[in-house]
Amino acid sequence: MIHEFIGDLGHFFVITSLIAALYAAFCFFKSSNAEGIDKEYFWKQNGRAAFYVHAFSVLGIVFCLFFIIYNHYFEYHYAWSHSSRRLPGHYMISCFWEGQEGSFLLWMFWHAILGIVIIATNKFWESPVMAIFSAVQAFLSSMILGVVIPGLELKLGSSPFILLRDAISAPIFAAQPNFVPEDGTGLNPLLQNYWMVIHPPTLFLGFATTVVPFAYCIAGLWKKRYKEWIRPALPWALFSAAVLGIGILMGGYWAYETLNFGGYWNWDPVENAVYVPWLFLVAAIHVMIAYRNSDTTLKSSIILVITAFILILYSTFLTRSGVLGNASVHSFTDLGLSGQLLIYLVFFTAVAVILTIARWKDIPTSEKEADTYSREFWIFLGALSLCLMGFQVLIPTSIPVFNNIIELFGGVGNFAPPANQIEYYSKFQLWFAVLVALLSGVGQFFWWKKIEIKDLKSSLTGPLVLTLIISATVILVANVADPTYIVLLFAGVFTIVANGKILIGLFKTSPKLSGGAITHIGVGLMLIGILFSSGYSKVVSLNNTGMLISKESSAEFNNENLLLFVNEPKVMLDYELKYKGERVESVKEGIYIDKNDITNTAISHLVTVKSDVFDNDNLIYSKGDTVEIAPENTFYEIEYTKPNGKKFNLFPRAQINEDMGGLLASPDIKRGLSSDLYTHVSSVRNPTEEVDWSESEEFRVAIDENFFVNDYVATVQGLERLPELDGVDLSEEDVAIKAYIKVQGEEKEYTTTPIFLIKDGLVGRISDEISDLGIRLSLLNVHPETNNFSISANTRQKNWVVMKALEKPFINLLWLGTLVLVAGFIVAINRRYSEFQKMKTKGLE
Amino acid sequence: MKRSHIIGIVLIAAAIGIIISTAGDASSYVTFSEAYDMAKGGSDKSIHVVGELTRDNQGEITGIYPSADKLSVRFIMQDENGKKQEVFYNEPIPPDFMRSEKVVVIGSYNDELFVADKILLKCPSKYQEETVEAKM
Repeated sequence: MIHEFIGDLGHFFVITSLIAALYAAFCFFKSSNAEGIDKEYFWKQNGRAAFYVHAFSVLGIVFCLFFIIYNHYFEYHYAWSHSSRRLPGHYMISCFWEGQEGSFLLWMFWHAILGIVIIATNKFWESPVMAIFSAVQAFLSSMILGVVIPGLELKLGSSPFILLRDAISAPIFAAQPNFVPEDGTGLNPLLQNYWMVIHPPTLFLGFATTVVPFAYCIAGLWKKRYKEWIRPALPWALFSAAVLGIGILMGGYWAYETLNFGGYWNWDPVENAVYVPWLFLVAAIHVMIAYRNSDTTLKSSIILVITAFILILYSTFLTRSGVLGNASVHSFTDLGLSGQLLIYLVFFTAVAVILTIARWKDIPTSEKEADTYSREFWIFLGALSLCLMGFQVLIPTSIPVFNNIIELFGGVGNFAPPANQIEYYSKFQLWFAVLVALLSGVGQFFWWKKIEIKDLKSSLTGPLVLTLIISATVILVANVADPTYIVLLFAGVFTIVANGKILIGLFKTSPKLSGGAITHIGVGLMLIGILFSSGYSKVVSLNNTGMLISKESSAEFNNENLLLFVNEPKVMLDYELKYKGERVESVKEGIYIDKNDITNTAISHLVTVKSDVFDNDNLIYSKGDTVEIAPENTFYEIEYTKPNGKKFNLFPRAQINEDMGGLLASPDIKRGLSSDLYTHVSSVRNPTEEVDWSESEEFRVAIDENFFVNDYVATVQGLERLPELDGVDLSEEDVAIKAYIKVQGEEKEYTTTPIFLIKDGLVGRISDEISDLGIRLSLLNVHPETNNFSISANTRQKNWVVMKALEKPFINLLWLGTLVLVAGFIVAINRRYSEFQKMKTKGLE
Repeated sequence: MKRSHIIGIVLIAAAIGIIISTAGDASSYVTFSEAYDMAKGGSDKSIHVVGELTRDNQGEITGIYPSADKLSVRFIMQDENGKKQEVFYNEPIPPDFMRSEKVVVIGSYNDELFVADKILLKCPSKYQEETVEAKM
C-alpha cells in the first residue's frame, strides 16, 4: 500500500514554508523601512507571525520525513535509498541527512530555531536582521520544493517526498504501479558510526550560524548603523566559529577512526570548502574585536563578515552543484540544482556588494593610521595572515570552477588540482600556521600590555627564553630533525608560552576576559599535535622477515605490512602479536563473537551460536540462541602483548562488499597518553570467494579414537540422529545424522558438526568447517557393522591477515587543543554576549 | 609611502604569488595520447586522465584483472576520445569501482603502461542505487 497522505502533507509543509518565508521577508522589510511606530509595529507583527508559520512548517517537514523513514515507507525514494528495516533507531537519524535534501532540511531547521532566538533577543535589530534571515530561508525552502513550473519545464528544487516510482523508472512499476519494495537499500555502512549522528548537525549548526553576523552587518549598512551592528554580531560570530570548528574536527575524528588513510585530514575539496570560510570567519572575529577598542578596522570587519558568509554559500555551491565532479572523492552529485544554487550565491553576493559600495563613503574611518606598536596593527596583520591562509586553499580548490568559466567563454579548461593534495597543501599551510602562531603570541602581548617599543624587548625576553628551553628539550627528546618542523614546533610552543603568561595575569585580575588567551593556547596545542601525529607518524608493522608477502605488490607494501597466521605469534617492535581469528559483532550487545562459534541461517544477518558466549564471565548467549549481526563486517582480533606481559586486543574491521568492489578497512586504535597505536588490515581472505581445498583425505575411525588432520588431533565424540533439519523435509524413511567431532587447536578446542543425510534413498553430506584451522570435515559414511565411520577431511591454508600498524605520537594534543580552543570560545562568547545584553537593557540596541 | 600601502602591496604580491604557484603546481586533465606524448617528451609530471571502464554489449564491465592476491589491479580504461589503455593500479580495487560512471586516473606513463598513483571515481549517485529489484 502506498501511504500518500504523509508525503502530500510533507510537500504541503514545504510549499507553506516557502510562501511563509517569502511573506516574512517582505513584512520584515516593510517594517524596517516603515516610518512611524504604528506601521513598523504592524509589519513586524505580521513578519513574526509569518516566520512562526514558517518555523512550524519546517518542523512539519522534518516530522513527515522522519515519519516516513521511521515507519519504513519504502514507496518513498528517500526512505528506500537511505534506510532499511534492520537499521537501528539512532542511525535512522543519520539517514535523515545522508541525502542532499535532508541536509538542506537540517540547515533550514537550524535557521528556523536561530530565527526564533533572534526574534526573542533583539529589539531594534529584529526587523532588518529577520528580513535577511527570511530571505535566506526562502532560498533554502526552494531547494527542496520539487515543483516543475509548467510551460517552462523548469524544475525547482528536489523534493525528499518523491515516490520511488517517480524517481526511478524500473520495469516493475509499469506492471505494478503500487509496488512497494520489501526493504530499503540501507544506509552506507561506512556512515553507520555514532560520529555521523552528531557530526552533520554540528557542522550545519555552524553553517547556519554564519548567517547571523552577516545579517547584522547588512542590517547595519542598511539602517546606517555602521558601528552598532558589531556588538550583537560579535558573540554570534564567536559562537559560529566555535561550532563550525568543532564540526570540522568531528569530521576529522570520524575519518581517523573509520577510514584507513591513517589521518584525520585529507585536503579534499569537500573539507577545504568548510575550512576556508572558517578561517575567514576567525579573521573577521579578530578585526571585530579590534574595532570594539578603536575605530580603525570597521571597514575590514564589514568586508570579512560578508566574505565569510559568501564563502559559505560558495562552498555550498561547490559541494552540491556537481562542479567539483572529477576533483573530489565524495562530493554530492548534481541533483539539477546548480542553477538555483548559483542564483542563491549571486543574489546575496550582489546584495552585500551593492549595499557596501553604496554606503562606503558614509562608513566612518579614522584618519589616523594605526601605529606599528599598537595592538590593532598586530591583530590586523594576524587577520590578514588568516585570510591569505584561506586564499591559498581556496584557489586550488576552485580549479574546477575556473575550468568551467574558461569553457563558458569557449576555451578549453584542462587544469586539474595538484596531484598530491596532502603534500601540496601542507607545504604552504605549514608556513601560514607558523606565521599565525607567532603573531598570536606577539599580538597578545601588544593587546594586554600596551607595550612601547622600548619595553618590547624586556617583555618578550622571558617568554622567548622559556620557549627556546621547552622547544630545545622537545627537539632533543622527540628527536625532531626537520628544520621546518623545528620552526613549527617553536611557533607552537611560543604561542602557548606567551598566551600562558597573559592567561596567568588575567586569572588574577579579570578571568572573564581570558577567552582569547585560552583559545590561542588551544591553537598552539593543536599545531604541536598535528606536527607530531602527521609529521612523525611511524609505521611500526615493519616486515623484517625478509620474506615477501606478495610478489606482485610494491616494495613499500611488502616492507610495511605484516602477514599473520592465526594463533602464530610474531614480533613487532615492542610487541608480540597474535592473530586470534575472525569475529563478528552482535548488533545489540556490541560484543565480538568468534566466527567458529556461529552457524549461519537462511537470513544473512541472523546466526545461531554453537556454544555459550561469555563477556567477562557474564553469560550473554546460551548455545542455540539466535543473534543478530552485521554480516558485512568482519573483525580481526589481534592480541598485543607488551614486554611487561600486559595484553590488549585490537579489532580492526573489514567490510567486504562485492558491490563496492572489495575491501573497506577500518582501523582499531589503542589509545595511549603519548601516542596512539593505529592498526588496520591491508588484505584479508575474502570469505565470499571460493577457496582452494586440498584433496580429500579419508579416515575410518571409531568413537573416541584420535586421528590427525592438518597436524591437529581430532576425535569423534558421538553421533546424533536428528529428528528434523533446517531447510530439508525429512520423511519417515529419511535419516539425518550429525557427528560431533572435537579438534584440539593451539589455543582452544573446536567442535565441528558435519551431517550425513539419506533422503529418498540418496546420500547427502553437509560438511562443516573450522575456519581458524583451515579444516573442513564431512561425515562420509556410517558403518554399523564394524561400529565405526568414514570421515573425509580437506585442508586449506590457515586463516591469515595482512595488517599495518602506525604509531601516531601526541595526537591527543590535537584533540586536547580542540577542547581548549572551544573552552576559550565559550569564555569569549559569555563576555561579548553580556556586553550586548547590557546595551540592550539600556535600550540602546 | 604610508604603511597601509606597503601592507597592501605585500598582500597583493602574496596573493599573486599564491595564484602563480597554484598554476605551477596544478596538474592537468589530458587524454591518453597527450599523456603518452608528454611521457615520451621526458615529462614525469603526474597528470589526470578522465574516462570510463569498458563495457560489453550487455553493459557489464569488462577488462578488470585483479592480481591473484587482490592487492593490485590492471584494468582497461577508455578515455574521452575513445582510446583504450591498460592501467595499472598498485592498490586493491577501490570501493565503488564497479559502480562508477566515470573514472579519473592520476599518474603517468611507464613505457606502454599507464601507472595510476590515485584513482577518483564519479558514481552516478554515490548514495543512491540505480534500479529497483522486484523482490516482494
